[in-house]
Amino acid sequence: MMTDLILVLVVLTNLKLLGSSRLGSSIRVVAAQGVMLGLLPILVHVHELSLHFAALAAGTVALKGVVFPWLLFRALREAEVTREVEPYVGYITSILIGLAALATSFWLGGRLPVSTGEPASLLVPSALFSIFVGLFLIVARKRAVNQVLGFLVMENGIYTFGVGVVAELPFLVELGVLLDAFVAVFVMGIAIYHINREFDHIEVNRLDQLKG
Amino acid sequence: MVLLLSRVDRDFSWVGAGSVVIAAVSGCLPAFGVLLHGSVEQLRLPWSVPFGEFFIELDPLSAWFLMPTLVLSALSAIYGVGYLRAWQGRRSLGPSWFFYCLLVLGMMFVLLARNAVLFLMAWELMALASFFLVTFEHERESVRKAGWIYFVATHLGTAFLLVFFLLLGRETGSMDFTVWAEKGVRTHGPANVLFLLAVIGFGTKAGFMPLHVWLPEAHPAAPSHVSALMSGVMIKTGIYGLLRALTFLGVPPLWWGWGLIAIGLTSGGLGVLFALAQHDLKRLLAYSSVEHIGIITMGLGVGLLGVSTDSPVLVVLGFGGGLLHVVNHALFKGLLFLGVGAVLHGSGTREIDHLGGLLKRMPWTAAAFLIGAVAISGLPPLNGFVSEFLIFLGAFQGGVSTGGAVAVPLFMLVAGLALIGGLAVACFTKAFGIVFLGEPRSEHVAHAHEAEWTMRLPMLILAAGCILICLFAPVVVGSLKTVLESMTGLQPLVVDENLAAAISPLSFVVLGTALFLALLAALVLLRRHLLEHRRVETDVTWRCGYAQPTPRMQYTASSFAQPLTDLFGPLLGTRKIISPPRGLFPAEAALKTMTPDFSHEAVYRPVFGRVHEWLSQLQRLQHGKVQLYVLYIAVTLIALLVWELR
Amino acid sequence: MNAFSFIPLLLALVLSPLMLGVINRTKAFFAGRHGQPLLQTYFDLFKLLQKGVIYSRTTTWIFRAGPMIGLAAILTAALLMPLGKCPALLAFPADFLLFAGLLGLMRFFTVVAALDTGSSFEGMGASREVFFSALTEPALFIALATLVRETGRLSLSTMFGQASNAHWLHSGPVLGLVVLALVIVLLAENSRIPVDDPNTHLELTMIHEVMVLDHSGPDFAFILYTSALKLWLLGALALGVALPFSSGNPWLNLAMALGGMFGLAVAIGVIESVMARLRLRVVPQLLIGAGAVATVALILTLK
Repeated sequence: MMTDLILVLVVLTNLKLLGSSRLGSSIRVVAAQGVMLGLLPILVHVHELSLHFAALAAGTVALKGVVFPWLLFRALREAEVTREVEPYVGYITSILIGLAALATSFWLGGRLPVSTGEPASLLVPSALFSIFVGLFLIVARKRAVNQVLGFLVMENGIYTFGVGVVAELPFLVELGVLLDAFVAVFVMGIAIYHINREFDHIEVNRLDQLKG
Repeated sequence: MVLLLSRVDRDFSWVGAGSVVIAAVSGCLPAFGVLLHGSVEQLRLPWSVPFGEFFIELDPLSAWFLMPTLVLSALSAIYGVGYLRAWQGRRSLGPSWFFYCLLVLGMMFVLLARNAVLFLMAWELMALASFFLVTFEHERESVRKAGWIYFVATHLGTAFLLVFFLLLGRETGSMDFTVWAEKGVRTHGPANVLFLLAVIGFGTKAGFMPLHVWLPEAHPAAPSHVSALMSGVMIKTGIYGLLRALTFLGVPPLWWGWGLIAIGLTSGGLGVLFALAQHDLKRLLAYSSVEHIGIITMGLGVGLLGVSTDSPVLVVLGFGGGLLHVVNHALFKGLLFLGVGAVLHGSGTREIDHLGGLLKRMPWTAAAFLIGAVAISGLPPLNGFVSEFLIFLGAFQGGVSTGGAVAVPLFMLVAGLALIGGLAVACFTKAFGIVFLGEPRSEHVAHAHEAEWTMRLPMLILAAGCILICLFAPVVVGSLKTVLESMTGLQPLVVDENLAAAISPLSFVVLGTALFLALLAALVLLRRHLLEHRRVETDVTWRCGYAQPTPRMQYTASSFAQPLTDLFGPLLGTRKIISPPRGLFPAEAALKTMTPDFSHEAVYRPVFGRVHEWLSQLQRLQHGKVQLYVLYIAVTLIALLVWELR
Repeated sequence: MNAFSFIPLLLALVLSPLMLGVINRTKAFFAGRHGQPLLQTYFDLFKLLQKGVIYSRTTTWIFRAGPMIGLAAILTAALLMPLGKCPALLAFPADFLLFAGLLGLMRFFTVVAALDTGSSFEGMGASREVFFSALTEPALFIALATLVRETGRLSLSTMFGQASNAHWLHSGPVLGLVVLALVIVLLAENSRIPVDDPNTHLELTMIHEVMVLDHSGPDFAFILYTSALKLWLLGALALGVALPFSSGNPWLNLAMALGGMFGLAVAIGVIESVMARLRLRVVPQLLIGAGAVATVALILTLK
């Protein structure tokens, strides 16, 4: 029941990201999503609660809920960019595409030969949905910050998948993924800062001017 | 019924109209009998055409389509007498009436024919007659162009039908519809191909969305009573054909239902959006016909899903809703086209933004048009609501318990139909509000006048029909029983049982409607009582403090629809030409919008351009030298000889 | 049908103007004002009913008929809406279609009556009204489809009768999402913040209020009462989903439903106090968002 609730909230936050026009609120939404997902392993494995699940949860919440948003807000502030998302694909179209992706995720989720062994059959579909939305955000938005967010949402999807499917190994896997994500956000944060300093803007579509 | 032929070719409106009315009355009686008793009447005559047989039959399905066809034909004919009077003296009206009668005859034979050859001949007769009717004002370039688009489109459709009939004939070894219905096609491969051929062939006539290009061209070009007939019933022959074809094709796979619902959603949604973006009244109505063909198709899709999954309640509600919508659309679309005809007749323009305030000058037309507008928006207490209610009810009933493969299309239908309903309200409040209400927007309205009684009477009869169908909804839906039995082959008991599932909520709807009308009457009395001894003054409209209002400051049709057309801009491709006001004392500013048809612009124009280029190569063969023509003939004959003796 | 099923209708007729009073008092409380009396809407109604009327010379019978048709439609709709566990007077399969149809009829004539004045401001309001309602309609219907799917019932009364706290335990997210969608529909349809500001002073920014600028006297009383009833009925729709709990005692259930209705009024007041009106450009996103939320709920019931 609680996991269902969290997963539905994750789905909603994804839709909100698709329709959101402000970078600041997008960052906050992704942070909230991270915190909710951080709590997920505790709820899924509520019967076999152990130190390492608690540690994993604490680590995830701290990283996704505090560190990443802080880094991103800093990048946003330093870069002093306008706060609009600047989409290639309009917000309403994005939401409709998101709904189609959600339906597809549920359809796929019902067919993927993975047994979660859990009553929470929402796990796989919502994981897939997060991955789709992350990809979509990377493709369909101009701002570099938004692409970092898309990357994070995608990582959240993989994480959800991991929590549900790989019941035994989550700690190691998750640790690896988290490290990757951390490095990625760090690097991109710095990159955004430097791109901005050099070129006075952080629009990815203008990076093609760099080629020789 | 054949009274028609003997008397048509006379140069006098009353004779033309009178013969149609007589034919309609004499045709309606047997049709009504067949509907009531579920019997079948046949007529077979020997005929010398190869594979052809003069075989006509009146079964409940034909009768259901025949009734609105005849009624609307008769009413439009009466209307035409008054409408065409403006041309009297300037043009011989004989041909127009001749082709009108031919069109009616063609439609009747399309509905009655039970032999493929006869059917195709009737189909062609209908197409040719309506082509000549569309080009009534052939001195105008735009009308000629519209006529040709119609001509080409309808023949492309016929080409698909020809293949459809030939394939069916090869499968079964007969050209007889009754044989086809008995034997049918029981194998999946050919059935799928035949289904697609039928959808394209009949869909071109009906106006399914990518195939609809001729509708918004031909309807505005034709005289209004002809537009009413074409839009109200002629395009329904496409739906009839599709239904008839389905009876040949055995048990449908699930994807046919999906397909029809998808076609219905695209036609319905895009149809109403394009209608919303138009500022030519007749074009608006033409696109709205595409929308309603979409709604009918959704109903058929629900029915097909029911057949596939063996769920009689879906069959009855889906097909029943679709069939009832056929009749309803004939009534209110006929009414609206006649109303627009009266507006055009009175004011000389059908440009919505040039009209306004017509209600004061044409009260009867306005009242009839208002009823049509409410009905077409699918609102109670009128007939459009009843048929949409059945389709919705079918979708909800089916969605309650079924698995995803059936529930998903049904719920998509619910969402889509809800959106279409909302947009239809926007579209027709615009059409009625801007044309008939407010202050006149141009000179055209100043000399507008009410239509004469021959034009008013048909409109009032149709409006009454819209009201009566809702008030007697349970009876009307009950009369679908025989049609559904003969069409789907369900047991009478099963049909009865499931029709009851539709009729009992409908009787509550009627009760609600009656209560609504009673409450309305009570409120009218209450208001009259309240205002009896009070001050009732008149003054100018509150202009929010602005002192110098002019009629040109009113909201126009384009500005009314602008938020929606902007939101759906990517789908519509509306073009704006803006010259904004400049400087401190701007002299003039202009805004022009137009919404070209996307499938016309993006598909047909390039394709036909290419075809034209390619075919013009062939013109080299034609250079006027008689000797060479003889040579062609000789070469062809020799080639044929060689082929034969090979 | 029993005597008990007259109660939702009577309560709607009597108490609906009080909803507006509660909302206004809540807003006043947040603004630190004393606010108007709770019964202010009743006073307004009586005052208006005793006045004469002024009509614009541009208008026709449509303008005079609009308020009456609207009120008759909403009164008929009131026959169909249950209150909590208490069934409505008329209950039949797919009665919500007639309910939605009657609301549509009311909207049609409000819009047409506004266009009848020929005022550009009222035209603007009419245009926005049809714009927003075209977008709320799918949200409403998808939410209803979800309820049909969830409860397996086709009529509002049996749907709410069937729903129980087990539904909240078993598929809480679904019900939660439906309530969210319905509340957004309620705010949009009743021209409340964040879609429309009922208390604004600028005609240019209004939607519903600007459409009825020219109505006066008893006509305007009809309109005011119609809006109050509409708010009450859509509130009852959201409430039936949000509070499906049954105590076993019909009177207690009724008391609970009434408490819920005024709780809802307070909630609307709070929303209006803490939120600003959205820019017009953003409103479609909110409404399509409501549709999206309802769709998520529907997909959850389909899996």
